[in-house]
Amino acid sequence: MPGLKEIRKRINSVKSTKQITKAMKMVAAAKFRKAQARITELKPYAEKMEMVLASLAGAVGSGHPLMEARPVKKVEIVTITGDRGLCGAFNTNVMKAATKLMKDLESQGYQVSVSSIGKKGFDLFKRRGIALRKHWSGLSGKINYAIAQEIAKNLSENFINGTYDELILVYNEFKSAVVQRVRTFQLLPMAPIKGEEKSQETVDFIYEPNQQAIFDTLVPKNIEIQVFRALLDSQAAEEGARMTAMENATKAANDMIARLTLKFNKARQESITKELMDIVGGVEALKH
Amino acid sequence: MENKIRLEVVTPHGVVLSEDVDEITATGSEGEFGVLAGHANLITTLKIGSMQVRSGSKTDYLFVNTGYAEVSPDKVIVLADSAEKVEDIDIERAMEAKKRAEERLRQQENIDFARANAALQRATTRISLVSKKV
Repeated sequence: MPGLKEIRKRINSVKSTKQITKAMKMVAAAKFRKAQARITELKPYAEKMEMVLASLAGAVGSGHPLMEARPVKKVEIVTITGDRGLCGAFNTNVMKAATKLMKDLESQGYQVSVSSIGKKGFDLFKRRGIALRKHWSGLSGKINYAIAQEIAKNLSENFINGTYDELILVYNEFKSAVVQRVRTFQLLPMAPIKGEEKSQETVDFIYEPNQQAIFDTLVPKNIEIQVFRALLDSQAAEEGARMTAMENATKAANDMIARLTLKFNKARQESITKELMDIVGGVEALKH
Repeated sequence: MENKIRLEVVTPHGVVLSEDVDEITATGSEGEFGVLAGHANLITTLKIGSMQVRSGSKTDYLFVNTGYAEVSPDKVIVLADSAEKVEDIDIERAMEAKKRAEERLRQQENIDFARANAALQRATTRISLVSKKV
């Protein structure tokens, strides 16, 4: 039976841990709201862009190097994780899905390379002895469109020069504050765009410089948006996961405090009883 | 007023502007162009440059990073990598960016020339926009 002093010490230490997890939960909640707002901000842009792209695709068709479907020999997996832990199974889920995908592809005879966005992915791959083609980290909370552009540029260039024939993104898709789902998504070659069916009144546009030129700049832009969206999704999902994890930790701390307090009271009672017995025993002895 | 035209400037970081205006002048890849209500349908790429928006006697200036403009008779949608109103331009940041870009261009080694050049252009456009306004 641990002494009273030890139990009191335990209680205090659990209490301060609880304070930390509670604060972290609140911080995560604030960050989560911000990340969620940014997803909403991107939406009109992405939708408009898709519309323009669709209206062009009907006229121009495919033929962009980023849409070229080559016989696939080499596949690249790009994982998006967070830079920090303490967010439940958020990072592990991505890693699990990525390693499984890697094994599957390798057993089918593909050559697989891996890149990682986020420090956790980098650490975990390193621990497993998997070499990374490229990695980006330190992006948490700093994600902006320029960063997405840079990443998209690297990924696109390596696709065009044949480093890989297919590129698959593995990341946490944001569903709601409490639900994240791992999504594997083929980023390259870009899926053919469905041309807009000219159901309504046919509008003839003037294109400057010309349709092909505009289409050719839109395709890489579309990749940028996909990357940006994945990054934002992953960030919102991460903060959501952290919120849940910290909430659970706070609850666990509360339970533990309740248990320890009970134990503390019992021990105190016991010691009082013992003392009383001693006194009573002493009095009895004096009587005789 | 039926002579107004709706202007929407949209970036990946949100909607910058959405209002009814009289006249828009933007920097297209083939040169500057003006749009009034009733303009023919047009899709064009935009260069780094300024955009002038007149609404009555009031004229606003915007900085627009590369993007697209989709013009229809009653609406103009500008899709830009980034865009900001003149009053939102951070002049000190632009000055610094200009210095950095110039420095990089001077070194001439190990640089992504196109990128440094674009950065320089963005910075100078921002600066000239602000000084024009003041």
